[in-house]
Amino acid sequence: MSARREDEKGRPAALGAVAAAGRPEAAIDVRDLPSFDFSHRSLMWWGTAGLMAIEGTVFALAIVMYFYLRSHSDTWPMSTPPPGLLWGTLNTAILAISAWPNQLAKRAAERLDRRGVQIWLTICLALGVLFLIVRAFEFTALNVRWDSDAYGSIVWMLLALHTTHLVTDTWDTAVLDVLFFTGPLEGKRYVDVNENAIYWDFVVLSWLPIYAVIYLAPRV
Amino acid sequence: MTAPAALHPRLNSVPPTAEEAAALERTWRDPPGLFAWLAAINHKAIGKRFIVTAFGFFVAGGLLAAAMRLQLARPDNRLIGPDLYNQIFTMHGTTMMFLFAVPVMQAMSVYLVPLMIGSRSVAFPRMNAYAYWVYLFGGLMLFVAFALNIGPDAGWFSYVPLSGPDYSPGKRIDFWAQMITFTELSGLLEAVILVTTVFKLRAPGMTLNRIPLFVWGMLVTAFMVMFAMPAVMLASTALITDRLVGTHFYNPAEGGDVILWQHLFWFFGHPEVYLIFIPGLGFMSSIIPTFARRPIFGYSAMVLALIATAFLAFGLWVHHMFATNLPELGKSFFTAVSMMIAIPSAVQIFCWLATLWTGKLVFRTPLLFTLAFFFVLVLGGMTGLILASVPLDLQVHDTYFVVAHLHYVLIGGAVFPLFGAFYYWFPKITGRMMSERLGRWNFWLFLIGFNVTFFPMHLLGLQGMPRRVYTYGAEMGWGGLNALASIGALTIAVSMLLFVVNVWRSLRHGEPAGDNPWGAGTLEWSIASPPPACNFAAIPVVAGRDPLWEPGGIGGHVAGLSVDSRETLMTTVLDAEPETRESFPEPNIWPFAGAVATSVFFIGSIFTPWAVVWGSVPVGIALTVWFWPRKRENRAHLVLEHAP
Repeated sequence: MSARREDEKGRPAALGAVAAAGRPEAAIDVRDLPSFDFSHRSLMWWGTAGLMAIEGTVFALAIVMYFYLRSHSDTWPMSTPPPGLLWGTLNTAILAISAWPNQLAKRAAERLDRRGVQIWLTICLALGVLFLIVRAFEFTALNVRWDSDAYGSIVWMLLALHTTHLVTDTWDTAVLDVLFFTGPLEGKRYVDVNENAIYWDFVVLSWLPIYAVIYLAPRV
Repeated sequence: MTAPAALHPRLNSVPPTAEEAAALERTWRDPPGLFAWLAAINHKAIGKRFIVTAFGFFVAGGLLAAAMRLQLARPDNRLIGPDLYNQIFTMHGTTMMFLFAVPVMQAMSVYLVPLMIGSRSVAFPRMNAYAYWVYLFGGLMLFVAFALNIGPDAGWFSYVPLSGPDYSPGKRIDFWAQMITFTELSGLLEAVILVTTVFKLRAPGMTLNRIPLFVWGMLVTAFMVMFAMPAVMLASTALITDRLVGTHFYNPAEGGDVILWQHLFWFFGHPEVYLIFIPGLGFMSSIIPTFARRPIFGYSAMVLALIATAFLAFGLWVHHMFATNLPELGKSFFTAVSMMIAIPSAVQIFCWLATLWTGKLVFRTPLLFTLAFFFVLVLGGMTGLILASVPLDLQVHDTYFVVAHLHYVLIGGAVFPLFGAFYYWFPKITGRMMSERLGRWNFWLFLIGFNVTFFPMHLLGLQGMPRRVYTYGAEMGWGGLNALASIGALTIAVSMLLFVVNVWRSLRHGEPAGDNPWGAGTLEWSIASPPPACNFAAIPVVAGRDPLWEPGGIGGHVAGLSVDSRETLMTTVLDAEPETRESFPEPNIWPFAGAVATSVFFIGSIFTPWAVVWGSVPVGIALTVWFWPRKRENRAHLVLEHAP
């Protein structure tokens, strides 16, 4: 099924099927196959997908922990006001906006457009740094310390977990961005940009439930 | 190595010429020398180290067990005091579960899976090396701590509040928690590597319904790892922050909850049993057809049973918590699932029995070990059904009955098949056969010693002997059975000694094995023993489940991959049709450096939370330098580049 779709992508027809497999000592010549490709045809895509599955599980379990602890408490938050909405909401807006240049960087990579990658990756990087700065303010507006009570512990855990992902992905973006200015480049590096963009989407999308848990759940 | 091919890349032909094979050997080999040894990334080199390290921890864990059996051999023994005894049983359980049982399965598959699916490498070979070093350093850290009398002492599942800051001051539990971080990081990375390898690096024609059952088992295991291990990492991180920076996840005084630990731990811990058991089933499914001289009976049923087991394994965790104050209705759900998981297990057992029944059995050592599985595992499974029912569980909870059960399941379900697998693939890995005579002695002493050790523990448990006591009074009347168990343990120790002797002797004097000493049907037996550095000078095209047994099972070979660059073929996920060819990275010291930096980070954070900040800087640098493309490799890749 998938094979047929890939043939439509214009593969050399002889390579599409292993029909030759029946004949003894038949040779399949693969010299004309591409040396890299995007999406599920690349190893990186599977590696990234695996990491997203793992980290998605971590986020999901941390959210389960939040509600588990909440179910064991009569009041929630236990003794403090809920987190201030300003910085967290501002950050959600920045993250949502960052999805756009991120998408453009991804498309530029798929076109093997070095200039486009440079531009959009730099903009993504700027937004990532801006986001991290605002994130620092977010921590100050939580209105609770990690060692105040179990509520404080899990809120800090959730925000720290997500921040770790932001820091690592911002760093990844910075490294790729520099590489696209300095070289040495090869086709595979466009796949890396593509995967970095997918990972950023994951960081953005996983933020939405975490935002809801940290900022909205204590208010309902 | 890549330089001479700069203008006209040399590509392999079918069949490959001697010159091409020699070039491939040069290209894929890890160069000699200590520095290069640390930089090695060939999956066979890493796989061998992984296997040896895991067996090293197995021996260490076994010696700890022997110490416990010495102490318990007679009542009121004063050989080992209570504090040291607590460390010893914790170290034993921790070592066997986290440093041996799960890693050894991943280690075997790091070596074997590429050979079985017709690939030249695992996916992400440098990450594979990194995962190995992280695992090694984590294990060493734990044993160094133990040697310094700061070994963990709260049991292998470290229940809070005992392991919390109030009842376990000092650093012992922190080392345990960071050992979890090390090993689970390694295990998770290996899971990603295995899934990617199996999905993308299979030889052309090896569709998903043709891959060997061992590979299916490892694929299912890798998926389970990805969803189970995060739970224990999160749990142990919360534990260490409770201990080091004053969070309150498990502190009831400030709104935390101790049962939360048990939920998180067993949400990982029960699937973990299957992380150990399913690879064991994979070994069984490789060995049985070879020694029954026929293809496996019921391949599709076996695959479906593996997948069903994986799903059900996530619905069992509360059966470790029947003695806690949870709703009874909820417990009955977990009882039901615990009973249900017997169904896919039984499907597999009957498929193997059918294979054996209709085959012509060749009784060599690997088969003996797998046959022991049926006896030992079924006994462990039966006591598992007993423990799965709440009233019976309450009766024997925390007694030696549980110790007996878990050893029957884990040793029967995983260690016996693992030893069978070791005897089975040793000729492929080393090029030499192991001694059949010593193998039989090893087997029979192990089987007898095992039952003499652990069967009496069922009775001790029913008589009320609690687990984890460092001694017991003579008036309890447990002396005789305990002495018997200790004699059994001694027998196991002798059998293990014979095993080590057998390995040692066979490495030097074993009979040369040849390509396919057992007349097996899967791809790894189609190449030389030990395999060449590139595994397959020409990647085979597969046309059947047991390609070496079926006429036309290898329907051709792949031509046109570079012999001067580490190129390998990627195929589609379902039908394994050729899709892309990619140059893999060359050996590199930075995965090792990255693992050292990671160890500094993890161990530093035991002593100061600020290590999380400053420790991440060297890690970031190491990983970045590791990623940064080298000009020489880059030039070689550009020559072969072909945009989609």
